[in-house]
Amino acid sequence: MIRFLLSRLLTLLVTTFALTFIVFFLTNLEPSLEKIAKSEIGTRVSDAEVESWLDRNGYGEPMLVRYGEWLGVVPGWTHTVDGEVVAGRCEAPAGAVEAGAFCGIMQGDWGWSTVFRRDVAEIIGRSLALTGKLMFWVMMVMVPGALILGVLAGMREGSKLDRSLSTVSILTTATPEYVSGVVFIAVFASTAVGLRWFNGSATSAMEDATFENFTLPVLTIALYGMGYIARMTRASMTEVMTAQYIRTARLKGVSFPMIVLRHALRNALIAPFTVIMLQFPWLLNGVVIVETLFNYKGFGWTLVQAAGNNDIELLLGVSVVSVVVVLLTQLISDIGYVYLNPRIRVS
Amino acid sequence: MEPLSWTGPWGAWLNPLLGLSVAGLVAASLLSLVLSLVSAPVRRQSLPDGTLAARAGLHGLADLAGRAFLWLTALVLALYLMLPLLLPYGALGILGEMSQRFLPVWIALALTFGLSIAFKRRLGLYGKLFDSTIGMAGFALVMFWVFTALFAGLFDMIATHDPLTALSGMKNKVPGTPLAMADDGVYPHYLLGGDNLARDVFSRMVHGSWIVVQIAPLATIFAFLVGITLGLPAGFYAGRLDTLLSFLANLILAFPVILLFYLLVTPEMVQTGVPAYMAMVLFLFPIAFFGVLLNARLAPRPMLRLVVLATLLLFGGWLYLSMVSQDGTPVDFWPDALDLFDVPGGILVVFVSVVFVNAPTVFRIVRGLTMDIKTRDYVAAAQTRGESPWYIMLWEILPNARGPLIVDFCLRIGYTTILLGTLGFFGLGLPPDSPDWGSTINLGRRLLSIYPHAAMVPALALLSLVLGLNLLADGLREESLRD
Repeated sequence: MIRFLLSRLLTLLVTTFALTFIVFFLTNLEPSLEKIAKSEIGTRVSDAEVESWLDRNGYGEPMLVRYGEWLGVVPGWTHTVDGEVVAGRCEAPAGAVEAGAFCGIMQGDWGWSTVFRRDVAEIIGRSLALTGKLMFWVMMVMVPGALILGVLAGMREGSKLDRSLSTVSILTTATPEYVSGVVFIAVFASTAVGLRWFNGSATSAMEDATFENFTLPVLTIALYGMGYIARMTRASMTEVMTAQYIRTARLKGVSFPMIVLRHALRNALIAPFTVIMLQFPWLLNGVVIVETLFNYKGFGWTLVQAAGNNDIELLLGVSVVSVVVVLLTQLISDIGYVYLNPRIRVS
Repeated sequence: MEPLSWTGPWGAWLNPLLGLSVAGLVAASLLSLVLSLVSAPVRRQSLPDGTLAARAGLHGLADLAGRAFLWLTALVLALYLMLPLLLPYGALGILGEMSQRFLPVWIALALTFGLSIAFKRRLGLYGKLFDSTIGMAGFALVMFWVFTALFAGLFDMIATHDPLTALSGMKNKVPGTPLAMADDGVYPHYLLGGDNLARDVFSRMVHGSWIVVQIAPLATIFAFLVGITLGLPAGFYAGRLDTLLSFLANLILAFPVILLFYLLVTPEMVQTGVPAYMAMVLFLFPIAFFGVLLNARLAPRPMLRLVVLATLLLFGGWLYLSMVSQDGTPVDFWPDALDLFDVPGGILVVFVSVVFVNAPTVFRIVRGLTMDIKTRDYVAAAQTRGESPWYIMLWEILPNARGPLIVDFCLRIGYTTILLGTLGFFGLGLPPDSPDWGSTINLGRRLLSIYPHAAMVPALALLSLVLGLNLLADGLREESLRD
């Protein structure tokens, strides 16, 4: 088990490094840097001015060196004029610049956001908390809903109930968030239809989430994931229901509800657990769409702002966090699967 | 011209009829659902007088009522579609006129279904599809949009106005609004209203289907060719190659899709040419796939093999070079005289990124299937016969993996459609006035709480297409499992 864990952790580390480098490479290509320079010093400047601005602000060094600086394994850049350090990556609070100091994400320095004019770490921390709140409620709606749908559909394969619930889960998987979100807003929050039950914007939910302003975003994300988990639960439930020990229980005279609750449910829930964990990358997509649609300034909204405005350090921070979240959930799902299923032994 | 209402004057008696039949249908299905929960359905019942009843009691009654109401609903819906042909303009309102616009589609659908059902025993898996209700419903939805796209894109039928032209006075108008200044020969109404730039929502929806139907299946095919070409050897040889390819696939899969899109589809990225270089790599796979496929098959006949491969390389290479070389990008080396076509700016980038996102998943599926199938006896037999590894992979393993792959193909087209919509929703890649559904939703969502029609129409169109593909996949899976 320890070796399995260690090898998985090692893969995770290598993957994280590879991915952060890819993101770093893609965000630091020449046109993006040029655009940054132009947004800082004005659009009508000559190429030479852009070049010198990039040099003065540490963008002139080779890509690998700058990746090292960002990671915190290479000393931060400094710009010297007449032997005196005037600017650098590692600016101390007093404004003095230390030459040869390390300041990358390993030292906890995530950089400076050019759009929000704040520390990246601070922005990410705040937006993650907001998204955490959203995800908590999504999970509270999605997981029980999906499990109930799946178990009900899977307990009698081929029955009317099974066919209708399966069609419902197909319908929810076929409805991407931007479709269900638009439909929900149009039906439940527009003046045109007139049912003004909920709010079409979740901006006020950032401080104070109520039933009125949080229902639609939560429902929108939960619905898309629900169908998939329900189908997995159904598949695993139908498989369990044909097992020998269920037949034994039936022959023993145990009532049908008891068979489902006592005997089948526990074994049927192993597979959905993995699926729920693997849903995280997809949920992240949903979060980005829903936060943009409902104007909820969480992690997904931050991603869109960072990417849309070419805010390199914020985008890097967001990418690192999302990639690490995805990889960690994969790891947890693997470990959980082994832990829950005694038939799999890792040697 | 008068504004059109949703169902016009004739709707006054058709609507209650429809409401009644749908209510009956819902009630009957709910009844039989509740009954099936309370007690297991009775298939055969022996009666006290010694006879057998095939379906007795309330169950049978509820089933019968359900079927009757289903037919009644279908009949009323058919009336909605057929009556407008006989009635004067506007008698059945917006729905009637829309159904009339879609007339070529109805005819094509009727022909397809009639022919397919007549010959279904001779059509293999495709014919079996017509045994399952869900599969047929899905197929009907998919073919509806395919025919709409073909008629609108190739023959310029169906749509009432130009999808890009704004008509004055039609900004944000509700469905059924007559044109402010009606000239002769111009369609007199905006059937589904106008968007915030005064363009016809109905025509934009119809033309949007053409973009989706062009890109989504093709991108899915490319993703499959990439996934199959890499997945087969990874599963077959396992070892180092598998470790490396799986690592790369997992690397791409660990990216949130939207982040990847934002990194790849921005104008700056297009300027650097990264997507163009990716296109150069990705578009090699189809040629490689078909080259290896034919090479393995024709190995016993060297002369034919030479001819076929030379033709394939010549034409495939020509297509490849025309596709890859784009004016105005860093990859522009092929002389214009030989350049068959230029893919419009944003579309190539969108295409490449969609293929790039889908290929790793296909790779994983193919790899898993290959690992499973390569232990079968017929693979061992082929190995003993001395067949080459590629022959075994492509002509022994691949055909036997086709069932799950076909089902996944349908699902994946739906997923690709969703991805295209996502790109449009964030305003990435395609030009902002493009009528594709994602961009239209993006434009319409800004005024969603006041004028919902501009965003609702493309949203429901996208939903119905993806739903159709998912139902189709479900029907195919059921029928292929039955064998």
